[in-house]
Amino acid sequence: MLKLENCRIINGGFAVEADLAVAPGVCAAVIGPSGAGKSTLIEAIAGFLPVSRGGISWNGADLTAAPPGKRPIAMLFQDGNLFPHLTVAQNVALGIHASLRLADAERRQVEEALARVGLADMGNRKPAALSGGQQSRVALARVLVQGRDLLLLDEPFAALGPALKAEMLDLVAELARESGATVLMVSHDPNDARRIADQVVLVADGRAHAPQQTTQMLDNPPPALRAYLGMA
Amino acid sequence: MKHLAFAAGLLGASAAFAETPELTVYTYDSFVSDWGPGPAVEKAFEEVCGCDLKLVGAGDGAALLARIKLEGERSDADVVLGLDTNLTAAAKETGLFADHSVSADYALPVEWTDATFVPYDWGYFAFVHNADATVPTDFKTLADSDTKIVIQDPRSSTPGLGLLLWVKAAYGDEAPAVWKGLSDNVVTVTKGWSEAYGMFLEGEADMVLSYTTSPAYHLIAEEDGSKAAAAFDEGHYMQVEVAGKLANSDQSELADQFLAFMVSDAFQSIIPTTNWMYPAVIPATGLPEGFETLVQPGKSLLLSETEAADVRDAALGEWLDALSQ
Amino acid sequence: MAGRAQPISAFPGIGAALVVAALILGTLAAVAARAEAGTGFGVSDWAALRFTLTQASLSALLSVGLAIPVARALARRRFPGRRLLIALLGAPFILPVIVAILGLLAVFGRAGWLSSLLGLFGLEPVQIYGLHGVVLAHVFFNLPLATRLILQGWQEIPAERFRLAAQLNAGPLAMWQLLEAPMLRRAAPGALAVVFAICLSSFAVALTLGGGPRATTIELAIYQAFRFDFDLGRAALLSGLQLGLTGAAALVALRVSAGEGFGAGLDRAVQRWDGHSRFSRGLDMFWIFLSAAFLLLPLAAIVLAGLPGLAALKGTVWQAAGNSILVSGFSTVILLALALPMAAAVAAGRDGMTELAGILGLAASPLVIGTGLFILIHPIADPFALALPVTALVNAVMALPFAMRILVPRAREVLGRYGRLSLSLDMQGWAFVRHVYLPRMRAQTGFAAGLAAALSMGDLGVVALFADPDFATLPLQIYRLMGAYRMEAAAGAALLLLVLSMGAFWILDRGGRWHAEA
Repeated sequence: MLKLENCRIINGGFAVEADLAVAPGVCAAVIGPSGAGKSTLIEAIAGFLPVSRGGISWNGADLTAAPPGKRPIAMLFQDGNLFPHLTVAQNVALGIHASLRLADAERRQVEEALARVGLADMGNRKPAALSGGQQSRVALARVLVQGRDLLLLDEPFAALGPALKAEMLDLVAELARESGATVLMVSHDPNDARRIADQVVLVADGRAHAPQQTTQMLDNPPPALRAYLGMA
Repeated sequence: MKHLAFAAGLLGASAAFAETPELTVYTYDSFVSDWGPGPAVEKAFEEVCGCDLKLVGAGDGAALLARIKLEGERSDADVVLGLDTNLTAAAKETGLFADHSVSADYALPVEWTDATFVPYDWGYFAFVHNADATVPTDFKTLADSDTKIVIQDPRSSTPGLGLLLWVKAAYGDEAPAVWKGLSDNVVTVTKGWSEAYGMFLEGEADMVLSYTTSPAYHLIAEEDGSKAAAAFDEGHYMQVEVAGKLANSDQSELADQFLAFMVSDAFQSIIPTTNWMYPAVIPATGLPEGFETLVQPGKSLLLSETEAADVRDAALGEWLDALSQ
Repeated sequence: MAGRAQPISAFPGIGAALVVAALILGTLAAVAARAEAGTGFGVSDWAALRFTLTQASLSALLSVGLAIPVARALARRRFPGRRLLIALLGAPFILPVIVAILGLLAVFGRAGWLSSLLGLFGLEPVQIYGLHGVVLAHVFFNLPLATRLILQGWQEIPAERFRLAAQLNAGPLAMWQLLEAPMLRRAAPGALAVVFAICLSSFAVALTLGGGPRATTIELAIYQAFRFDFDLGRAALLSGLQLGLTGAAALVALRVSAGEGFGAGLDRAVQRWDGHSRFSRGLDMFWIFLSAAFLLLPLAAIVLAGLPGLAALKGTVWQAAGNSILVSGFSTVILLALALPMAAAVAAGRDGMTELAGILGLAASPLVIGTGLFILIHPIADPFALALPVTALVNAVMALPFAMRILVPRAREVLGRYGRLSLSLDMQGWAFVRHVYLPRMRAQTGFAAGLAAALSMGDLGVVALFADPDFATLPLQIYRLMGAYRMEAAAGAALLLLVLSMGAFWILDRGGRWHAEA
């Protein structure tokens, strides 16, 4: 259970408040108007932004003061998820050991992860030699080997075409289901949420609301969401 | 060697392990260079002293004195070689030097009575030019002519200071006016002798401040008779280079031996064609062939060390004033 | 960015900065502590200060002002020999002063090539001596450096941004507004500060080309205080003033050089679609031609003068060359050990003083550092025995400001771009340094190392104060040859030095080159 208790996160000039819990194994979409603080919320959970009040915990363990790399969290950013000077396999291997010193078993794990995302035999290439979709798959392969409880997605597939994006989201859902990971994904597209999210966290008016069931929420949106969705 | 042996090892320098006594002589850099008197002097002295002569180079004469002042009584030096009469007053003031007991039949144009310092060579400052050019032969004619000269800065160069004192010794209170007259002849002022001489050889000026002995280098070493020094009617200012023993030397006897050796034939015969100066004592073999072609000034100018120390700052002020306009 | 976690600790960098500051300020303090009765500031010192500031400001403005069109031309043109030209342009900067002066005079002097050419048309020879001569010489020394620093700014704009600009059909004005002006706002102030600081401590060049004592700089006054007056208090005072001025210039530059980076790309080869008009092509060729002529002619003079002497070089000169390579190698290693952590600390935004410490090396008078070190070392060890490490260390500190200007912008970019990702992967400390920081900094590291190696090779610096007969570097040997009338051999040795410096620069810079441009 991911818990944000009475949190206040300050990012530059504005603040987001959050008091909510996400159940384990749930895939939750974080939606809301642009600039409402979706990324701020995610970055605080990941540990890039400090909370000025309140606390964050996972399954009862307090994360509030833990550095980003020590949290049970894997994260994909909007862009720049890969190091251009490292090979595909190295980029994935970073998820196991940042030192890149892998045992044979771990090396096999990297190969399996690449095969799982459909990139078998691409391990020696550099990211620049891959398509956008393939680059996303590499990042997902790394998430896979990281084996963290929580996966945070800050719109990593925004640059992909609709079909490709749908394919990636399905892959995320599939991988999450297999591993039982809890997923929090920022999205500005309600269709993304409908596609894979069980629940929706609405961020609006400086507040992150408690998650609600996706179809219920999107079919009967509260006023703030109505405005965002363009429903008069 | 009193100091860290590991550091010496680090540099691959050879530490003296044997019982051989070591005599440390601080001198100016060009003395120790491969083309200076250093290597030959070291060899000659070590043949007779049963010691290890360690020559240490430190900039030029003025830097040498600064170095001794910095090190004070803890200095490793036993002998300092390479000061001139413009520096000896300040050197004595430090109280670091001991009197010598050397006497010799000096061939200096002036009488030598200094109890602390022993002269080893000397020369005249002069303007060097291409032998085929007609050049002025006194400062006033030079000032009125179009002849271009390149000189050194007295604040950073020994010849530069020599020229300052030359004009002062020749003209006294008239010196500022002479400098004013010269200011349009001065192409530029350089930091050191090398820059100026190099510029002259490149053709940047008609004359360069150097020594009457400079043409001897070109004549003897390069068999090139195209350079000459202009004989000035006012006379020429002298530079007398000296050495002295440090009172704190732990090799006092060896130091005395070195000073005595310094005015002997073995040392003196090395000087003319390595330091390109006149030896303080004419060696038995005489001066090298070619030296007889050098100009002989009609008059030798030299301020005593106390006079030199007294007029130095004022003369520099006049020089700066005249050339800064 | 304050408060954000970073994958790299600022402490090693702050430690390195403290070492540098201790060296520069400690030696100054050592000199001051030995002072007896010092005289204060005189009228002539104010004149020296005025002249120093005037010539340094003019030299900096002109060097950077000219470097902008030259760097732009080099950034967007591809022609055979371009790389060679860029490497050769670095040469003036690393020449020993005395060699460079003679090279310059061979072209611009009263008896130089230009004057001879004018003479053919019955014109007067060039009047090189004066403030304009000082500025000309300083531009000769610093234009290449400024060009490289600004060219690097251009090369740090990722290929993606040029693609975007081309897609937007950006004309020259739009290119300027979108990419060039923001880049220059980041790169130019630093370049200005560096050139200003270099010229601030100029002495022999300013005096010689300035035509006499009216071109007295603070560094000359320091020199005078040391050897003419033996007034250590004055020397320390003047040196402190020089450090203060450089520090002030650096702070202003840091304040001004604001602006966001361009972000990172995917290491695609930079391709340019702009500047295809006939006018801009002509303009670029004009600048390339002009700068090449200005910088390469004096070099050609040095090469021509050196060729006859090259054959006559004796064993001791080769030995000195070996020493110089050794010093240069050590110096480069020390430089990188100081500069890479310092750049990381600055980029992590933890310590502004680190960046300041990095630039002070420029203003430190070699005479003061050397004397200070001498005072500090003499009681405990033989300064001569430490000639190599001391020379290598001081040369590294002197090269540090250049290295920092090269490394810091890139380090910022690397941390900005990969900091979060690395943290989320728990990749910190050495793992981050090894797998992200160093690889991403490779091109800049190579450039900085090349510059440091070349600078150290050509630097007379403190070695003259510490040299013993058994340990001479090549620049010192050149001065000795000249002092012994061996001008031809000296010219040969200078050519050897030029080749060694350029070789070191070429190898290291090349080794680090990352951008896959043709």
